[in-house]
Amino acid sequence: MAACSIEDVLAKAEREEVEKLKSISVHKEQELEFDPGNLFAFDKNPPNIREFRKLNKDEFLRSLARDNTQLLINELWKLPTERVEEVIVAKLPEPTTRLPREKPVPKPRPSTKWEEFAKLKGIQKKKKTNLVWDDVHKEWKRRWGYKRANDDTKEWLIEVPETADPNEDQFSKRIKAKKERVAKNELNRLRNIARGQKIKVPGVGLAPTEQQSKTELGKAIHVAKHSTASVGKFQGNLPKEKTPKNMGKKRKFEPLIGDFSAEKQKQLDLLNIMDSKKPRIDITKAVNKQMREEDRQSGFQKRKSPGKKGRKGNFSGKGKAKGKGKKGGPGGGSGGGNSKGGPGGGKNRKPRMKQGKR
Amino acid sequence: KPKTKRSKRFLQGREPKLNENIKKAMLFKGGNANQTVTQALKDIYSLKKPNAVMYKKKNITRPFEDQSSLEFFSKKSDCSLFLFGSHNKKRPNNLVFGRMFDFHVLDMIELGIEKFVSLKDIKNSKIPEGTKPLLIFAGDAFETGNEHKKLKNLLIDFFRGPTVPCVRLVGLEHVLHITALEGKIYLRSYKVLLKKSGCRTPRIELEEIGPSFDFTMRMIHLASVDLYKTAHRQPKALKPKEKKNISHDVFGMKYGRLHMQKQDLFKLHTRKMKGLKRKAE
Repeated sequence: MAACSIEDVLAKAEREEVEKLKSISVHKEQELEFDPGNLFAFDKNPPNIREFRKLNKDEFLRSLARDNTQLLINELWKLPTERVEEVIVAKLPEPTTRLPREKPVPKPRPSTKWEEFAKLKGIQKKKKTNLVWDDVHKEWKRRWGYKRANDDTKEWLIEVPETADPNEDQFSKRIKAKKERVAKNELNRLRNIARGQKIKVPGVGLAPTEQQSKTELGKAIHVAKHSTASVGKFQGNLPKEKTPKNMGKKRKFEPLIGDFSAEKQKQLDLLNIMDSKKPRIDITKAVNKQMREEDRQSGFQKRKSPGKKGRKGNFSGKGKAKGKGKKGGPGGGSGGGNSKGGPGGGKNRKPRMKQGKR
Repeated sequence: KPKTKRSKRFLQGREPKLNENIKKAMLFKGGNANQTVTQALKDIYSLKKPNAVMYKKKNITRPFEDQSSLEFFSKKSDCSLFLFGSHNKKRPNNLVFGRMFDFHVLDMIELGIEKFVSLKDIKNSKIPEGTKPLLIFAGDAFETGNEHKKLKNLLIDFFRGPTVPCVRLVGLEHVLHITALEGKIYLRSYKVLLKKSGCRTPRIELEEIGPSFDFTMRMIHLASVDLYKTAHRQPKALKPKEKKNISHDVFGMKYGRLHMQKQDLFKLHTRKMKGLKRKAE
């Protein structure tokens, strides 16, 4: 009896096992192709068309989907798992399906001169901490940047070394040295970029660019002219080139300690002008300027508003108080007709009174 | 040219990289778009939610003829996948799936919607946005037909979502099942219910949620073989670095190799046995 019951129990257990396994097993003629990295499965088996037509379409598709999903889930449950913050997570392998990229492969950055040197010598980059202990301020400060530790330009007391000139400003000396270092760094950075992009940069002078403006060209000419041994002194002008006047300092300052009489005279003249009752503004000049401005505005508005076809240009030509310079098109005729302008006064509104130097 | 750090970071985000960003999709309508097509676009937009942009206005373009406006949109919104919906008498309920490489059209496939059941027509609880779907393709047409193969590749790319190193097993809720039968392509979307089975792997039951489409393949535009090759080229830096001096034999035993300098055996320092020391005699 006992033996039969044991056998029965064992047989029952086996049957149960088989049933349980049946619930997750799916029979397919061909194995599916899996790509767990993409959570993708591909069933190559040709679907049973007869069943498809017999059953409701959706029902057939749903049962097919259920079988395939079961197989995919079986595959995914085989992956190694780990516990991340109370959640069981399966580690996915790399996706195997070949999919095209979104953008092309990036080109590697061109290496700088230092990087090449370091590669040559085998110098490794040493990782440095961001903060450094500053003993003076007794706190952690940045290694470099705003409010850095051991900033020698920010010291309030500098001992003058014995070998230095006592009249030399040590503070400004340090600031100047820093500025030079910054400029040198910037220059090297730009040179690295130019080398990377294979742009030719001349050693001295200006780098050529396309579409230079008038001022840039003028500057280039000036630099070229003065790059001789005698700093351009004996360099003749090109045909139609004018020597630029007013070069040099734009403001002149008298020396602090010098001829006191000239300074005294200046101050007295200033006091005289303040005393005098003459007006400080040259009235005619101001009035003419205002009228010119008004005429210009009205002419601009008339041009803007849709006037009669032929008249548009003429108005704009007449609108100018002093027909100075060229005015193209239909305005040119009337503008040229007013050639009485210039020193004679375009419209002769008021007799010009020269008030004298202020 | 960036003037602030923020704009610089934004532009750097859009630059080509070794490990690329998640592909974004842009969905837009053509000149004539009827209710079906608009609803279909909205449903697919909700499937792809965080990584998609939906344009509201109609754009009167034809993707198969003029690709310049597609490329312009893609550049502006940094999207490499697109879905264009339109409707006219000759091609009713038209959807064009496509993808870009370097902001130029790589391939496009036009599918016609025969039957469409929307998300809101199926009344049950749905899954949260942004879940990575399980993609299953069924049918030998996907193996044999060249166009079907390209369609498979495109649909995987479209619906894939972000590439993740690990996935929460319980969170695999969404299945997109695509079958190719009798010249038509059936797309069904199900919610996965994990039921208890005797062993560790659960039994699957499916519940239909999301949009269901019956497609017919219409036109297809493929890129040249060279363009495909360039697009599939992977950077060398991504290849896993092989560890040298490690080998595995047939039984799976791991062998390593150590390279030593030549040792002078007479100068080796071993344990000293004082008793054996030569006495100074």
